[in-house]
Amino acid sequence: MSIKEYRTASEARGGLIVVRDTPGVAFGDRVRITDERGETRDGQVIRAADDEVLILVFEGTDDLDLSGIWVRFLDQPVEIALSPELLGREFNGLGEPRDGRPPVLSNLRRAVGGSAINPAARTYPREFIQTGVSTIDGLNSLVRGQKLPIFSGSGLPHNRLAAQIVRQAKLKDEDSSFSIVFAAMGVSYADAKFFRDEFASSGVLRNVVMFVNLADDPPVERLTLPRTALTAAEYLAYELDRHVLVVMTDMTYYAEALREVATAKGDVPARKGYPGYLYSDLAEIYERCGRIHNRHGSITMVPVVSMPSDDITHPIPDLTGYITEGQIVLSRELHNQGIYPPVHISPSLSRLMKDGIGKDDTREDHPHVAAQLYALYARALETRNLASIIGADELSERDRRYLKFADDFDQAFVGQGESEDRSIEATLNLAWELMSKFPRDMLTRMSETELAKYYQGSA
Amino acid sequence: MTDTQRSGRVREINGPIVTIDLPGVRSGEQVKIGELGLIGEVISLSGEQAVVQTYESTDGVRPGEPAVGLGWPLSAELGPGLLGGIFDGVQRPLEKIAMESGDYIRRGLALPALDRTKQWDFEPNDALELGARVGPGTVLGTVQETATIVHKVLVPPNVQGELTELAPAGAYDIESTIAQVRDARSGTTQPGPSHRLSLYHRWPVRRPRPYAQRDDGISPLITGQRVIDSFFPQLKGGKGAVPGPFGAGKTVVQQQVARWSNADIVIYVGCGERGNELVDVLETFPQLEDPYTGRKLMEKTLLVANTSNMPVVAREASIYIGLTMAEYYRDMGYDVVMLADSTSRWAEALREVSGRLGQMPVEEGYPAYLASRLAAVYERAGRVETYGAGSGSVTLIGAVSPPGGDFSEPVTSHTKDIIETFWALSKELADARHYPSIDWVTSFSAHVHTAAEWWHEQVDPAWEPRRAQALGLLARDAELARIVNLVGPEALSDTQRWELEGASLVKEGVLQQSALDEVDTFCSPQKQFALLDLVLSIYDQGAELVELGVPVSELQNLPQLAKVRRCKSMYNSDQVDSIRSFAREVGEALEKIRLEYAKQNQAA
Repeated sequence: MSIKEYRTASEARGGLIVVRDTPGVAFGDRVRITDERGETRDGQVIRAADDEVLILVFEGTDDLDLSGIWVRFLDQPVEIALSPELLGREFNGLGEPRDGRPPVLSNLRRAVGGSAINPAARTYPREFIQTGVSTIDGLNSLVRGQKLPIFSGSGLPHNRLAAQIVRQAKLKDEDSSFSIVFAAMGVSYADAKFFRDEFASSGVLRNVVMFVNLADDPPVERLTLPRTALTAAEYLAYELDRHVLVVMTDMTYYAEALREVATAKGDVPARKGYPGYLYSDLAEIYERCGRIHNRHGSITMVPVVSMPSDDITHPIPDLTGYITEGQIVLSRELHNQGIYPPVHISPSLSRLMKDGIGKDDTREDHPHVAAQLYALYARALETRNLASIIGADELSERDRRYLKFADDFDQAFVGQGESEDRSIEATLNLAWELMSKFPRDMLTRMSETELAKYYQGSA
Repeated sequence: MTDTQRSGRVREINGPIVTIDLPGVRSGEQVKIGELGLIGEVISLSGEQAVVQTYESTDGVRPGEPAVGLGWPLSAELGPGLLGGIFDGVQRPLEKIAMESGDYIRRGLALPALDRTKQWDFEPNDALELGARVGPGTVLGTVQETATIVHKVLVPPNVQGELTELAPAGAYDIESTIAQVRDARSGTTQPGPSHRLSLYHRWPVRRPRPYAQRDDGISPLITGQRVIDSFFPQLKGGKGAVPGPFGAGKTVVQQQVARWSNADIVIYVGCGERGNELVDVLETFPQLEDPYTGRKLMEKTLLVANTSNMPVVAREASIYIGLTMAEYYRDMGYDVVMLADSTSRWAEALREVSGRLGQMPVEEGYPAYLASRLAAVYERAGRVETYGAGSGSVTLIGAVSPPGGDFSEPVTSHTKDIIETFWALSKELADARHYPSIDWVTSFSAHVHTAAEWWHEQVDPAWEPRRAQALGLLARDAELARIVNLVGPEALSDTQRWELEGASLVKEGVLQQSALDEVDTFCSPQKQFALLDLVLSIYDQGAELVELGVPVSELQNLPQLAKVRRCKSMYNSDQVDSIRSFAREVGEALEKIRLEYAKQNQAA
């Protein structure tokens, strides 16, 4: 098809325009729209029929005079140019520079939609990543190729935690650091600046590619942004053999943009107005992370999901939890007590932990320590509830021990400095210190040999 | 089934839904769309137009491109070579796709499920003579498919007549002629057309495969998981659901059943779930041993993988592909267990397609036909009398992923109406790392009575009362826990405290089972009962002591009680005697305390 321009736009609403009499336009194609002032906008075909097409306009449809616009079908999908030059740069959701520098030039261009990794070509992730954060390393370990989101709420320090992970993440006994792909969707100027400064001050900026769409940028562009960022991540991982850590913030704003467009399109809503395909759509993004046979690089993902009104059953965290391999949940209660990072371990989980820890990966007692701490803490929280009803004085000696443990655990194990980089050994030793306050017999999840080697209590 | 191919053109593309002009196309027919040759399925007709759902992404397809009707509905290839394989939602072999198209799945690849070049050693059925009447399910011969599984070559369900040719023993590829059957048309003397049969045939996946008659389930499916086998048993041929919020351990429960169940064939359908989880199965199963045969687990397993990022329409198809293969092995007389993880994703695929078609949503956007489709899927499970290979069964266990863990949502509630066993996973138990987090209050099994007959005969006649006692204790525990939460443990009598301790022993010593612990991951029925009996005997004996005035704390401090909780991972399934002798040891220790107190009481 020759590249033709059409003046037949007939409808505009909520980021969408309809163009009539356009035979042969491919589904998914990129579109350029020029208005009477010569300003251009980008779009994508999201429904193609014989006589008309529906176009999603990334910059939105505000201030558009339908009679004055020219629509050009570029006969190519939405693509990004890939080259090592991406590192150290900042782009928008379409891969256009935001840092005032010239666009990246490369012959290698790739459609951002991506395709599904063949499950038969994947390798199971099993290399432990030390983040230096005890609640993650000790109890919810992250491994290379895993997607482990941070579930947070407004006002909680998820950005600081994400930045700490970026700063400290490394393989045990290895210095090879990660390349970072940072995808910001709908975040405030201040949040974006926080990350930019953070990358600059820790000296990793040359290893970072940033894709940024701020809260006041067009929401429709948020729909392509994670895909563009992941296409860059795949290039870095599988073609440049790098280990890539993708930080995406905030997936909630992404999903809200999706809802906005779905509503404009007239899609049937499922829960809370979100379209029925929200799960598949999120999965298309999250599942691009992983490890592949015979490829050296890997993609590890730490998305930030803020839970509307701290509700973990809200569709966005809920569907995310069904796709990702666990979640790190932040708690407002711990935050209000001044504990950083306020990780609530009970609902937190890492599904890929089991194969990344233990004798050959971290330390032989690690799996049992994690199970034991969880069991003790669960019991301790029950005791804390009980104490709040009947008062701590009424508790038995055994229960008071649990109560003390809950406090010590929150303060010493969960709480740590923002620049405190604990090795996994330090984390496990700390765990033993706390567990040793219980009689030996109560540590039923530990084996005799582990108790003999690490137990520091008297009985 | 092959008609001449008819050709038409694409009119409109809306994601996976494509409208085409193709006169004469049938509902359900497979259609090839566009230059890329994407495969789809006709889901509705209107005049000359047909609406097609495509199994692959339609990016780049234009109106005006060709659309070709293939003349058959979505079908599965059934023959030797399925076991050990991994297929996508429309039965394309994923390992071969990886060889053809690399790490990512290229669109428009049409690869047959079964290897066309592999030679199989065919042994004809000696009992068959030329001229014999054969019909659906007649065993023509056998092929050793894997070291443990003998593949019976069956006459397909739609063929009946006189056997005119049967190949001698030898090596054949799956397309070679194995037999000829002359159709016997009743009422005419004219010889009917001849059917050429090979080692494989095709079957439309949305149609259940026929059988002689339906039977009741008689024996439990042993999964080696205590909370399942001892508390909420599933029968071979039963249908069950595992609902649970994310992180509650659905996938681990499903994988444990796949690993340790005493089924002949395991079919694992990853429907809209995580890629890495399937890789886990793919990487570990070839190394794991089947505890019943000592052979590699992969020899009796096949996987259907449609991960969450693969096209949504193929996700809808994947359940039917899995079921059809399950029924095929059932027809050879095998006990098949099919695990579908997760049926919610399947239902969401239905919702997504119906939404794109603009159909009227009923509950939470789901179409009105959700309940009937779900019921029809589960109804394909069952124990049957096959035509020619004795009895076989398909056990279907579906994971359900209720949004927000809310069991009243449409998929969970409709599923609950259909199934017979319900293993409800609880977020609270999972948060406390009580695994498997199957909640004993909301779970149920309709099979307890039938299973009891098996347990009483094979294991111990005290099974049913012991099970009931344990559940009673757990119910009492829940009741007492409410009191404790209101007024504190001091308000409880010693008897009540011992009940709490007893329930805690049941929970920690029996119900909790670690999938990661080498010893505990599988527990034979004998060991299951030994552990249950151990815990309850201690409880019974202790209750007597408490009556005599022995303080509960003295019993709690018995060093043996810590060992009771560890017993499950100290002795494997062959060491049931050691558990029994340990039980005697604890019994003696308790008896000693009783004697002491009796003496004191007398002295006083």
